[in-house]
Amino acid sequence: MEIIWFCAIAFMLAMYTILDGFDLGAGILHLYVARNDEERRTVLGAIGPVWDGNEVWLLAAGGTLYFAFPLLYASSFSGFYLPLMIVLWLLMLRGLGIELRHHVHHPMWKTFWDTVFAIGSILLAIFFGAALGNVVRGVPLNEEGYFFSPLWTTFTVRPEAGILDWFTVMMGLVGLATLKVHGANYLAMKTTGVVQERSRRVASFAVWGVLALSVATLIASSSIHPEIWTNYSEHFWGYIFPLVALFGMGGMFYFNRTKQDAKAFLSSASFIGGMLASTAFGLFPNVLPASTDSKYSLTVYNTAAGEYGLGVGLIWWSIGIVIALGYFTYLFYSFRGKVKIHSDGY
Amino acid sequence: MEDALLLHRLQFAFTITFHYLFPQLTMGLGLLIVIMKGIALKTGSEFYNNSARFWAKIFAINFAIGVVTGIPMEFQFGTNWARFSTFAGGVIGQTLAMEGVFAFFLESSFLGLFLFGEKKLGPRLHFFAAFMVFAGSWLSGYFIIATNAWMQHPVAYEVASDGSVALTSFWGLLLNPWILWQYTHTMIGSVVTASFAVAAVGAFYLLAHRNEEYGKIFVRTGVIAGVISTILVAFPTGDGQVKNVLNHQPVTFAAMEGLFETQEGAPLVLIGQPDMEKRRLDNPLHVPRMLSFLTYLHWGAEVKGLDAFPEENWPTNIPLLYYSYHVMVGLGTMFIGIMLASVYLMRRGKLYSARPLLWILMLAFPFPYIANTAGWWTAELGRQPWLVYGLMRTVDGTSTTVSAGNTLFTLLGFAGMYFVIGMLFLLLVVKTITAGPEAALKSHDH
Repeated sequence: MEIIWFCAIAFMLAMYTILDGFDLGAGILHLYVARNDEERRTVLGAIGPVWDGNEVWLLAAGGTLYFAFPLLYASSFSGFYLPLMIVLWLLMLRGLGIELRHHVHHPMWKTFWDTVFAIGSILLAIFFGAALGNVVRGVPLNEEGYFFSPLWTTFTVRPEAGILDWFTVMMGLVGLATLKVHGANYLAMKTTGVVQERSRRVASFAVWGVLALSVATLIASSSIHPEIWTNYSEHFWGYIFPLVALFGMGGMFYFNRTKQDAKAFLSSASFIGGMLASTAFGLFPNVLPASTDSKYSLTVYNTAAGEYGLGVGLIWWSIGIVIALGYFTYLFYSFRGKVKIHSDGY
Repeated sequence: MEDALLLHRLQFAFTITFHYLFPQLTMGLGLLIVIMKGIALKTGSEFYNNSARFWAKIFAINFAIGVVTGIPMEFQFGTNWARFSTFAGGVIGQTLAMEGVFAFFLESSFLGLFLFGEKKLGPRLHFFAAFMVFAGSWLSGYFIIATNAWMQHPVAYEVASDGSVALTSFWGLLLNPWILWQYTHTMIGSVVTASFAVAAVGAFYLLAHRNEEYGKIFVRTGVIAGVISTILVAFPTGDGQVKNVLNHQPVTFAAMEGLFETQEGAPLVLIGQPDMEKRRLDNPLHVPRMLSFLTYLHWGAEVKGLDAFPEENWPTNIPLLYYSYHVMVGLGTMFIGIMLASVYLMRRGKLYSARPLLWILMLAFPFPYIANTAGWWTAELGRQPWLVYGLMRTVDGTSTTVSAGNTLFTLLGFAGMYFVIGMLFLLLVVKTITAGPEAALKSHDH
């Protein structure tokens, strides 16, 4: 039962990263790929109807984490207090940037919110990457399963590491580069003309960054947290996840060159999904490893809620997710094709 | 420790109070928009259709701010109330996760269709999208009330070996007897806010002689919805909710009513200031025996005062609780008066030229916000000193690893952020109202 919920939450977080990832990516890039008002409205038109729904995956994943693994939720949210609050403020500012821009027709108003949208998206991508870095590296859990990390200390990995050290910052940059390519692929798929060309160009450069940074973090993770390979040596089938990521990486290079934008987008999506699944597979059954003493590590078993609650939750959760996937299919279907801008939108 | 507790509480109180200014309008306004679109669909009235478009703009601004200020609420359970979350997450996590999975996905998907898809969908499907947005917001409200109801009146749980609580009955949690009146009372309270807001904009247009056709529609819609909702919010829902408190939190009831001593034929206090040192009410103005009658339908019935309960279980801030309750009830009574007078003049065909009453309708819109806020403060202050009534005290629920200094930092951050958001909100709403419903039509026709 705990394993099912571990997979369910990993699935929701992967959905979040893939879906909100492309609108974060659009935010990272839009100042560069879209230079005038019309081009920026095209970018916003491409993500406008869906970004809010994409973000709901984060909320729903948070809620599901809360009910399935209450101690994990409580421990990680209080321990990562400051970065989470900063993420919240960034999410707010970024959301306002998207939604408020079109209410006042003045270039200064628009430039201001465009910049807010870009800065918010860039910092969020870095923070999300760094958050994953913290989970891989481990945190100083006490015997009750709680901890508190300052934002930064000495930028070295141990001991008493802050949220940001060289490893987690590097993971943050992986996040930034990956979402940049992902967003570029999405925009190339949804737009035409100069925005499309610029997006393709960004993707073709940035994908090298993704490759270099991914290799670097792979080596770094293996040296900081060698246990990450244990599950792979015991269960050979787990290599399917890195393989998916590898194919995604290859696809990002190939389809960018052949200008098959939709396939390039699916490639970056499978790269993200594969990378996250690989990490989750390597960590299991830990969900928050302790850097203090491995017996304090939080696992799916010592943080799970009661058996009855998890069982009954599985019923409504499955129904709810099927319905939600239905909405998303319909929503993306009804806004399919290239973006056309008109005045009752963005 | 004391400092930290106070700051955790202040931050939650501040962020939730600010947040609830927005959903309380959208939940009620969602219903009114569905009604306007329904009338437009049935009669083919372009005025009603465009009224719905105009209010959809206001709805969208409120909804966006409601969403962004709502995210911190779910987060804070973990960040600031870690021991509470570890203790109760297995139960209330259910309803919070259901809100995400069932309500948020529904709302966010259909909101996009509702706001941007009118031409693509055609009138019938667009009406359906509006209805789904409304249904999603009311569903969301249900899960939140179910969560709060469990904290007010915990049911369907057992204490596990590690001291946390585990769910024992799914339907027990979702059909907690506390939910019925709290949910209906809260939802109808939000219809009151929306009715006053719609009527106020209509009154403004009529008084300023602008968009008068729309002014009449808004005043009519606001007044009809207003008279129904202001009455229902008091009876039976408000009355039912007070009975909940009386039966399950009797000490809270005594504190709300400002009743220090147990007595037969207890008076209903209208005005007066609680003096906690002398344990009495200063400058009281009361109706003799009325509280006994309202509570037990018997003039001489005994009503338990605060002296009947151990002081350690008294709510921690009795004066604020008492004021919150009395502000809510006092305003609610005035709302009924305003709306009954408006309906009376409307039936006689004089409302649209009754300038004094239109002035009152225009200026009254902030007060339902105050009444709704005061109502929530009554519920939350009344639950103290418990975080989960009878099971966990508030002092035991905080995050121990988060220091007071860090909490103060984020509290100040929220204060600054929300100040800016509040200013932007006012700017945009005033701009939309000044531009008027014709602007909504123009942007649609483009």
